[in-house]
Amino acid sequence: MKAFDYARPKSVAEAIAAASENGSAYLAAGTNLLDLMKGGIATPSRLVDVRHLQGLDRIEERPDGSLRIGAMVGNADLAHDADFARAYPAVAEALLSGASAQLRNAATIGGNLMQRTRCGYFYDTAGRCNKRAPGSGCDAKGGDNRLHAILGFSDACIATHPSDFCVPLVAFEAVAEIEGRSGRREIAVEKLHRLPGTAPERDTELEPGDLIVSIHLPAAARSFSAHSRYLKVRERTSYAFAVVSAAAGLIIDGGMIKQARLALGGVAAKPWRAREAEALLSDVRAEPAAFRRAADAALADAKPSGDNAFKIVLAKRIIVRALTLAAAGTPERAPALPASPFSSPAGVLHV
Amino acid sequence: MNLMIKLTINGEPRDIVLDDPRVTLLDLLRERLHLTGTKKGCDRGQCGACTILVDGKRINSCLALAISHDGADILTIEGVATGDHLHPVQDAFIAHDGLQCGFCTPGQIMSAIGLIAEGQAGSDPERIREAMSGNLCRCGAYAGITEAVLEAQKHLTTTKTERAA
Repeated sequence: MKAFDYARPKSVAEAIAAASENGSAYLAAGTNLLDLMKGGIATPSRLVDVRHLQGLDRIEERPDGSLRIGAMVGNADLAHDADFARAYPAVAEALLSGASAQLRNAATIGGNLMQRTRCGYFYDTAGRCNKRAPGSGCDAKGGDNRLHAILGFSDACIATHPSDFCVPLVAFEAVAEIEGRSGRREIAVEKLHRLPGTAPERDTELEPGDLIVSIHLPAAARSFSAHSRYLKVRERTSYAFAVVSAAAGLIIDGGMIKQARLALGGVAAKPWRAREAEALLSDVRAEPAAFRRAADAALADAKPSGDNAFKIVLAKRIIVRALTLAAAGTPERAPALPASPFSSPAGVLHV
Repeated sequence: MNLMIKLTINGEPRDIVLDDPRVTLLDLLRERLHLTGTKKGCDRGQCGACTILVDGKRINSCLALAISHDGADILTIEGVATGDHLHPVQDAFIAHDGLQCGFCTPGQIMSAIGLIAEGQAGSDPERIREAMSGNLCRCGAYAGITEAVLEAQKHLTTTKTERAA
């Protein structure tokens, strides 16, 4: 690991000043950053430790009914907060389906938004990667790319975003609160992550010095709490990144869907909101034919970026299954295997 | 530049001088304090062999910078027994053959102690397996590990109830 200086600012303002300098990076728990530094993929010359900053570890309900979650709240602490899990069950399920218990204890929700792709070529410093070394090329194209993007990819990069947590955040219109050199601003999580285009090295819209201080979940998202699920296919049952995942939320009245929310994970360089699918699920009966139409619409623009045409079919099946599970109702208690297709309640069709 | 931090390690307050901010909690424990019970498997947060408790919570010590944990209370495998009396989780691992080669065992035991304190799994073996998925065992002693965690949890819960009565 390259040598670095360590700074522990006492305030957000001090942190922003320190992190605005060239070569600086914010350190929260470091569960992704230290891994990248050990591999020589991230080489900051200074770490600005924000884990100890006061006031960033609170969960507060705001007067408008929305929830403000401090960026340094731990993944496990948030997932196991009973009020939170009741109000936003798909977000809690996504958190519990990610990584391992140890990593969830250490990792912070702000850090989760900033994690980088798990593309093997991004990690392999002997290979070419436009995200790691802009302009060097992309070894994933024509390489081992079964797990790569099927939506929104470019010639320069076919990597996916690895987060589970961000998928329901996008579905339920969460907002990231940012402090930066020009003050405080808010940006929808859906707009935070970028598609690769010709600049895959830029994962997000954040500028140097920008610090995510909190995430807001709107009050309106609570209306979906009775019918919300996160579903994730992995190559092993636990402790693996998504091949494809989906967050689904429904408002159902008398068997009719009034409103739907749907987002996909593991399919693009950002969590993918499926608005066309949502539109098809307004004022229709909650039944398999409607779910299949929505799934087709969500993947209408999908294309394989390599040996991954199967992911298009898989994503459609995951959407149908996630909507079916959401329609059946949010389980009283988080399932033993969170988000796993292997812990469906009896009677759910295998699609 | 020397950086001074304070840690409580297995109940003992320590002043620690770090000559480099790159030192992880794992390397601090093993290479500098010679507490080699905590194992280095992958060193990248994938195997769980380095699991310790920090302020009561299980984490991977390989992905934690020591400098960032100034003031923390750390429990390692060396600190779980009381004199000659093994911790109930250690006893249960022996009783249920929850190991073969033993390399992952300190991490498994620390993870199990953390899991029981979290109180999320109950007596459902499926939930125990899921909550222990961050600890790999290349010998494949998983069946014994699950049984050991279940028994230790039962023992610890009963003891707690008896004390409360």
